[in-house]
Amino acid sequence: MRGPAMLLVLPALVAVAVTAAAALGGDEFRRVLSLADYNTRIVVLGTTLLGAAAGLIGTFTYLRKRAMVSDALAHATLPGIAAAFLLVGQKEIVPLLIGGAIAGTLGVLCVMGLRRIPRIHEDAAIGIVLSVFFGVGLILKSAATQLSMGDQAGLDRFIYGTTAGLIRQDAWLIGLTAALILISVVLLFKEFRLLCFDAAYAHSLGRRVRLLDLLMMALVVITTVVGLQAVGLILVIALLIIPAAAARFWTDDLATMTWLSVEFGAASGFVGALISGSYANLPAGAVIVICAGVLFFFSMAFAPARGIVFAWWRRFALRRRIGRQHVLRALAEHEEAHGSERPLPFASLHQMRSWRRIELRDHIQRARAADELTIDPNDNIRLTPTGRVRAHRLLRNHRLWELYLIRYADVAPTHVDRDADLIEHVLPAAITVELERVLAEKRGAIPASPHPLGDVP
Amino acid sequence: MNLLPKQRRLPEAADQHHDPRAPISIHDMTVAYHRRPVLWDIDFAAEEGRLIGIVGPNGAGKSTLIKACLDLIPKASGSIRIYGQPYKKQRQLVGYVPQRESIDWEFPINALDVVTMGTYGKIAWCLPPRKKHRAAAYEALEKVGMAEYAHRQISRLSGGQQQRVFLARALVQDAQLYLMDEPFAGVDAATESAIIALLKDLKARGRTVLVVHHDLQTVKSYFDDVILLNMRIVASGPTATTFTEENLRTTYGGKLTLLVEAAEAIARGGKEGV
Repeated sequence: MRGPAMLLVLPALVAVAVTAAAALGGDEFRRVLSLADYNTRIVVLGTTLLGAAAGLIGTFTYLRKRAMVSDALAHATLPGIAAAFLLVGQKEIVPLLIGGAIAGTLGVLCVMGLRRIPRIHEDAAIGIVLSVFFGVGLILKSAATQLSMGDQAGLDRFIYGTTAGLIRQDAWLIGLTAALILISVVLLFKEFRLLCFDAAYAHSLGRRVRLLDLLMMALVVITTVVGLQAVGLILVIALLIIPAAAARFWTDDLATMTWLSVEFGAASGFVGALISGSYANLPAGAVIVICAGVLFFFSMAFAPARGIVFAWWRRFALRRRIGRQHVLRALAEHEEAHGSERPLPFASLHQMRSWRRIELRDHIQRARAADELTIDPNDNIRLTPTGRVRAHRLLRNHRLWELYLIRYADVAPTHVDRDADLIEHVLPAAITVELERVLAEKRGAIPASPHPLGDVP
Repeated sequence: MNLLPKQRRLPEAADQHHDPRAPISIHDMTVAYHRRPVLWDIDFAAEEGRLIGIVGPNGAGKSTLIKACLDLIPKASGSIRIYGQPYKKQRQLVGYVPQRESIDWEFPINALDVVTMGTYGKIAWCLPPRKKHRAAAYEALEKVGMAEYAHRQISRLSGGQQQRVFLARALVQDAQLYLMDEPFAGVDAATESAIIALLKDLKARGRTVLVVHHDLQTVKSYFDDVILLNMRIVASGPTATTFTEENLRTTYGGKLTLLVEAAEAIARGGKEGV
């Protein structure tokens, strides 16, 4: 499945899941899911757009390996917000966000500046900026709390996020941010791709690398700041990293990855807000991040090309195929030595290789199911005519490859068996033909073994 | 004593040291990392249409020399001209092949898209590459024998194939001067001969190529000129007369240890007041 078709899967799944949940759930649940309530609509719209925006710009920070810089940035917004509160003295949201944006930008610049100093690596620079800015932020916040006489000054919501408190204005702000990022990424897709892939080469082409980097970080700053109220400064980083990291498992194409990341972010925001809306006690920011995490682990496990489950299955299947081929070859070698009348007892076969008993039983079972061999009640094994044809082809490949290794690759005859084992199972037909040509062997004839075979009683 | 004055901006005065016909000319260039000089007083002028090898031991500053030519790292002093003009004005004339290790090969991109990047210099900001750019990229891939891998993700290419993709990207730039950082590192014999055929073709078309090279065995057969480098230029000129045993001994032998010690002293200078 490629490109556009792939992008439709997730929205379809979410739609099905929500419909199913609405059909099965109670009235309260249905009310949230149907988005009948105005507040619910605002909250869900806000978090969905935030997830999409973060997923979009997050793709590029992830590929530029700047993901942790965003973490420093998010923590660095706190002193700005608290300072703005102390200066303005009220809970008006826009000045606070501007204060946060300024401090966040300062934090990013500090990381970039510290990195230029010898012996300070990026991870240390991030750690220093993150903790020092956050520490200053906590002090300013406590000052703000004391000034406002016991009122919590509402600053905690920037740390932990209060999704349910999103209002129309916030949703607008998030929507504008998402639009701004979308326009920037569409226009600068080529530049961002070049920058993330090979910054030195971008520079040699005359692209202003530092300007592009600053632009990218500016978009991250804006996303972070508008996301603070929704998910809080600790968790907003998750939306910037996780959707992009999850999307990477599914595709090798940057455009597809970018849209998948947008979808993962949006789906996390959408589903997370719905779940936390249905169970009022769950903190929405955390639920949204958990949704993103679930998507990530699902991708890591089940993505077809890169997922670990499929990779594990492919390895397992190859092992099994090789094992079965080894059984057939052993039988062919046995016949070669003793004629096709004499069966090979299981015990002898078991001694021919370092097989585990249970594995060998499995191989034999599968070969028998494929009508390649028979096994009688006394555990004696014989090739069937079908099996004999296949076994001869395998044996021939093995011998040809052995001869080639000895004659042309200078491998000692005593080692050649093992080396041939590694390659013969994956020999394409074209190489077999080529082998026949260079070795000048007759088609179909099996060359004699160049080394003594393990004797079978 | 200030051994390393900050770069002064006096391009007019510097120009008298540069031959405007030289594809690249370097005058009195010193490069330092964190105050430690890695290249001293480099003077060099290339002749057009030559294959030039840059040879020297590890840590001699070969890559640094190339990066300094491309303004990728700041110079402590000195100046560089590309056909008589500063690099900033002549970027279109210079093609760059970075070291293979400098890249994240897991990046989600295929060979064709990497090569298409070579055309980005001719495309304005905010515009996507068009059909003719892709066609040029495909043609370059054909030239390096990689057309059948055009749509393969780059991590699924072998080392030699990856190197060829990089070369194709530089080819598509259609530059006059090429700077290549170890294009022969870790490639198979087939790729090596493909690359050298390509270099000879570039030379036949009047292009100048500077190549950082490791294998001393092949220097004589590959390059017209050679730069023997060990923090300073030990010798440079036609390979036949320059690539001598004596020059090699100076380049690779212990005679330059004083230079290293001096560099250490300068690096410490800030603290000890040398």
